[in-house]
Amino acid sequence: MDRTTLDLWVGIFVAAGVAAMIGLAMKVGNLTSSNLGVTYTLHAEYENIGGLKVRAPVKSAGVVVGRVADIHFNDQTKEAEVTLNIDTRYHFDRDTIAPIYTSGLLGEQFISLQPGGGEDNLKNGDKIGKVQNALVLEDLIGKFLTNKASESNDKDKKAE
Amino acid sequence: MFKRLTIGLRLVGHRVIDRIWRFGSATRFFMYTLVLSGESLRRFHLTIREIYFTGVLSLIIILVSALFVGMVLGLQGYNTLQKYGSSEAIGVLVALSLVRELGPVVTALLFAGRAGTAITAEIGLMKATEQLSAMEMMAVNPIARVVAPRFWAGVISMPLLAALFSMVGVFGGFLVAVPLLGIDDGAFWSQMQANVDFREDIVNGVIKSFVFGVTCTIIALFEGYDAPPTAEGVSRATTRTVVNSSLAVLALDFVMTSFMIGV
Repeated sequence: MDRTTLDLWVGIFVAAGVAAMIGLAMKVGNLTSSNLGVTYTLHAEYENIGGLKVRAPVKSAGVVVGRVADIHFNDQTKEAEVTLNIDTRYHFDRDTIAPIYTSGLLGEQFISLQPGGGEDNLKNGDKIGKVQNALVLEDLIGKFLTNKASESNDKDKKAE
Repeated sequence: MFKRLTIGLRLVGHRVIDRIWRFGSATRFFMYTLVLSGESLRRFHLTIREIYFTGVLSLIIILVSALFVGMVLGLQGYNTLQKYGSSEAIGVLVALSLVRELGPVVTALLFAGRAGTAITAEIGLMKATEQLSAMEMMAVNPIARVVAPRFWAGVISMPLLAALFSMVGVFGGFLVAVPLLGIDDGAFWSQMQANVDFREDIVNGVIKSFVFGVTCTIIALFEGYDAPPTAEGVSRATTRTVVNSSLAVLALDFVMTSFMIGV
């Protein structure tokens, strides 16, 4: 085979391969929007984070505004310290509540930021004061059972 | 008496030593190829010619299999996910299984069958017809002139082929899911994009296919170079290329996956 046609075919092959890699990164892996632009960090302490993971989304009004950067256990307070990276385009006031929610019944867990009515905005490195722990199914079932038990106790007492 | 009693053990010992010896010479062959690959990179048209034979000519089988694998994944995934009412997650299923596992692994297996055997047969026959010895007589190192360009061609082709496989496979899954099964177009892509990570999934897939490229090509080259110079020897070497490459790819895949998932 002629050398120029050979070069052409190999060129087409390499270009297609590289295009496929870029296509995977953009269309499938969504490289463009998973990397937030410039971010600032916020901290929050939870008694229980449930199944929250690093890189889980931080949403406000359902829109992704940041990601969980780091989770570790604080030995002094015995609580989980969560570091959030928030896009600098978005600002949240000091009364913001940060509960951990689950998307769908069995979906991934994420942190929701619900703005309050405070005047100042949270700055880089600030701590979110109001948090709400992740919903743990076992706790719920436990509460339900104790409720049931106390109800039936009450009934027994009335019957006596 | 003693000899007869230990014949079984000696057989096992001989087999093991033989395997280790072959593995050692394959490693030396690999190192030798790396050391002598300067010429194949300097005279790059040698490598380009081999990329044409290993990469470009493997395109058809890779692309057609990818399309069908993607479509089958779409159908099977839909069938199961639908029972749990989450048929929109089909995009995630197709993309993750292709990018993480099927893309690199199936490409490597097809590559071993399509290009690996060709390399082994070619080099084995070159050896049988004493072309390699003739090169040595002319003071041309056959490893630098024949082996190294084929090696680099395989290493360059494999990640590109695997990326094409994954991309076409995702497209095949899309064809089944969206026009055929009527899953929402937006949900298909957005769920996929939310759950496929660039670093964790795509880059790891590329690393895998690179390692498979090195493994498959070096096994094919070594088996060809090591083949006894007879018709039977070359045919056995070709068989061994497919068997050994497939086993090596699957075993390495398990090892790499366990490191990447981080158990």
